[in-house]
Amino acid sequence: MMGQGQSCGLKLSDVGSVRGGRTLFAGLSLALVPGDAALVTGPNGIGKSSLLRTIAGLLPAQGKIERTGRLALADENCALDPELPLAQALAFWARLDAGDETRVNDALAALGINHLGGIPVRILSTGQRKRAVLARTIASAADIWLLDEPTNGLDATAIPLLEAAIAAHRSGGGIIVAATHQGLAMPGALSVGLA
Amino acid sequence: MATLIWRELRIAFAGGAWLPIAFFLLVAVLYPFGVGPDSATLARTGGGVLWIAALLAALLPIDRLIAPDMETGVLDQLSLRGVSEEAAAMAKLIAHWLSFGPPLLLATVPASALLKLDGATLAQLALGLLIGTPGLAALGIMVASLTLGLRRAGPLAGLLMLPLAIPILIFGAGSLAPVPGSALKLLSAASLLMVALAPFVAGAAIRAARE
Repeated sequence: MMGQGQSCGLKLSDVGSVRGGRTLFAGLSLALVPGDAALVTGPNGIGKSSLLRTIAGLLPAQGKIERTGRLALADENCALDPELPLAQALAFWARLDAGDETRVNDALAALGINHLGGIPVRILSTGQRKRAVLARTIASAADIWLLDEPTNGLDATAIPLLEAAIAAHRSGGGIIVAATHQGLAMPGALSVGLA
Repeated sequence: MATLIWRELRIAFAGGAWLPIAFFLLVAVLYPFGVGPDSATLARTGGGVLWIAALLAALLPIDRLIAPDMETGVLDQLSLRGVSEEAAAMAKLIAHWLSFGPPLLLATVPASALLKLDGATLAQLALGLLIGTPGLAALGIMVASLTLGLRRAGPLAGLLMLPLAIPILIFGAGSLAPVPGSALKLLSAASLLMVALAPFVAGAAIRAARE
């Protein structure tokens, strides 16, 4: 799955998040090595998404975040051009990731949507879009996956596909940080409760 | 960078890049109805009118320059891939000018015919627009990023952009005067300043809009 060869890592030391002058959480520390996963849980508004966006460098970090390896973020924004067929929209990101575009087909197949490659993104359903975002994450060949509510909108057949992709990524030496308040099976995952 | 510019161009030409050009031509069509068909009046004032039309046309695409990519998370995904906000803004600036500047220059030919401008004035106008449109495009990118996330960003963008475009308008229209002096040089300076500032202003504004 990885194909990168070098090992990745993610270490948070005393990380906090302040949004609009309000502290969401503080003093969070964790260290993840290849193959590890962290499951971030907590009530709505506690800062699960903010934590992932802080790790991704999209929000200013309080505390210290050290990481080695490339990041991929799958959140509620699909970031796919609505007028393009799905395969082409994903190929744009594959080109930026400098990966070969066959990875896109493999990723689409892994999530059971390879028949949607020719369909414009704008007419995909919520669940199909979510699968497409996860397919982009898989195709990116990134070391660290940040998954924000990855099961939202997914049906009963898609969740096992996602869990299989997560397991394959971990066994290939990747790291997962997933935030969810729904069930997501990640055996041996570090549980991070924000409160 | 080429991938980014290509994507922006595809979106621009699929999504109404012709609108500002149609607006510009429409002003040239309507202006003689407003002031009458007197050739001398048209020829004397036409160049300035076309400059104002170009400026207003540059306002039209502002709401689709940056906001859609912010909302759909494209800018987030670019940032994750190591593309700085400044680089993304630069790509947008180049693509925006390519979809706006050259078509506008082409439209200047029929527009100046409608306003009875002579060949020399047309040449001077086209040269001025060639120098000035990158500045207008840069202003558009800056204003679009500064109004990210605001409701009714459109009217506010107009209020922000038009005063900032005054130097470009003064020196652009000034270059059409019988004795232009150094208007073209000052137009170049104003345009260059906008282009140089735009990636940094837009980059900072995009980062601020994420919070």
